[in-house]
Amino acid sequence: MPTTPSRPLLRLSGVDLDYGGVPAVRSVDLTVTGDTFAGVVGPSGSGKTTLLRLLLGTLRPTRGIVHRAAGLTVGYVPQLETINWDFPVTVRECVLVARRQTRLRPWPTRAERTEVGEVLERLGIGAVADRRIRDLSGGQQQRMFLARALLRRPSLLLLDEPTSGLDLATRHEILHMLGELNRQGVSIVLTTHDLNGIATHLPHIVCLRQRVVAEGAPEVVIRPDVLERTFGARLDVLEHYGLRVVVDRGAGLEVAG
Amino acid sequence: MSWWSALWDPFRFGFFVNGLLVATFAGALCGLTGVYITLRGMSYLGHGLSHSVFGGFAAASLIGVDYYLGAGLWGVASALMINRVARSRGIGSDAAIGVVTTASFALGVALLTLFGSRGPSFDAALFGSIVGVRPVDVVIVAAVLGCTLVVVCARYRALLFTTFDPEVARASGVAVGRVDVLLMCVLSLAVLATLTVIGVTLVAAALVVPAVIARMVARTFAFLLVVAALVGAGTGFVGMNLSYHVDVPSGTTIVLVGAAVFAVVYAATTGAKRWQ
Repeated sequence: MPTTPSRPLLRLSGVDLDYGGVPAVRSVDLTVTGDTFAGVVGPSGSGKTTLLRLLLGTLRPTRGIVHRAAGLTVGYVPQLETINWDFPVTVRECVLVARRQTRLRPWPTRAERTEVGEVLERLGIGAVADRRIRDLSGGQQQRMFLARALLRRPSLLLLDEPTSGLDLATRHEILHMLGELNRQGVSIVLTTHDLNGIATHLPHIVCLRQRVVAEGAPEVVIRPDVLERTFGARLDVLEHYGLRVVVDRGAGLEVAG
Repeated sequence: MSWWSALWDPFRFGFFVNGLLVATFAGALCGLTGVYITLRGMSYLGHGLSHSVFGGFAAASLIGVDYYLGAGLWGVASALMINRVARSRGIGSDAAIGVVTTASFALGVALLTLFGSRGPSFDAALFGSIVGVRPVDVVIVAAVLGCTLVVVCARYRALLFTTFDPEVARASGVAVGRVDVLLMCVLSLAVLATLTVIGVTLVAAALVVPAVIARMVARTFAFLLVVAALVGAGTGFVGMNLSYHVDVPSGTTIVLVGAAVFAVVYAATTGAKRWQ
């Protein structure tokens, strides 16, 4: 990931991870710095989520080393598909669990209520704070988990498929919001299948197929030869008003907004 | 005798008042813990544990240890084993519950067949008995309820987080393993404390029914816990009274009252949705 003067938060050196002897990621070297805004792309089963969990610390490498900056706080936004949306909890309750309970009484302090309210307002979902999570739109659901992650004031935010299942406008809205957070000083790494979305919004892309096939700026990575090595399929790349647009020959033109 | 005095009639008996208190406290206790169990997709854990403690019951009887102590330790050990197997391998909660609890139950039956029982009556253990409730049982159930309330309040956010989203909870610094162990201990104690009145066979319903009823009406998680505890206490109170008047085992009437409340709430909430 970008080798900027900014301080390194996480570094993976020669990391392998196996699931019961089956390799998930191989020889991964990556550095996440304080201003990283990177997207990890690759086909299903390429190790994207595994890589994210290695960065998160919920998985330990089979081989290799993960260096973590002292006092690093990581926020994590899971895939929306993994959530039980019928769980009887409101947006406010869902976000508040990220704040450690420090007293016997279960209800939040006035300061905690204010803090949760501010985070929800900042992400534009203050009005739905007392709604049940199943009553939210896809974009609101994603913002709610962002709010929960941000409540911990993380220096690094990891997001697993944040644009999956969202319509085109909401996808761009979420990526735009992540760009804003990055400019405010939050380092961000996300996984996605949305090549055109990240080519438009993200300054750094990592192509993964168990190993890091390539990484760099979109103009370096979004190239037919790199995409073929990553996805095992021929994808064309067009220039459109200075932006790179990936064309899947089988599926027709995918438009990046 | 007027219907009013008939209603008050059983309160003349000390054993009934003891039974009523235990049923009400146990109902609240099961309602509260049942919320977490049902939301974790472990609804049959209560059913399994109630059978599992049978092994502890038999072992305690065999070696002459107090029934509560033996069965309680056995129940906690079974719950921890289920939790470990379910979390650590891709076996699934339902399969883990099936393996651990049936093995424990079978062991209990084998021990009792070989060595016999020197403890309380098995019919009472299976279906619950109002007569079997001692004053010390009231104190024990009240104490377990008190401890459970403290745990649910003091670890409210951690319990909610680990139930809703364990992976992110772990990544956020919550000691998920420890919270799971705490919940399993509380559940085992709840099952054990409830056996006296409801019996082995019907504990599962006492754990699941109030939580399911509460899910149909509560909009927030906090309110869900309150409603489940109140429904559990209410069905315990009404069921115990009904047990006296219709002369049917208390466990049966408590569960039937719960099922009736479920049917009414289900019909009402379904009707309300259609109306909207």
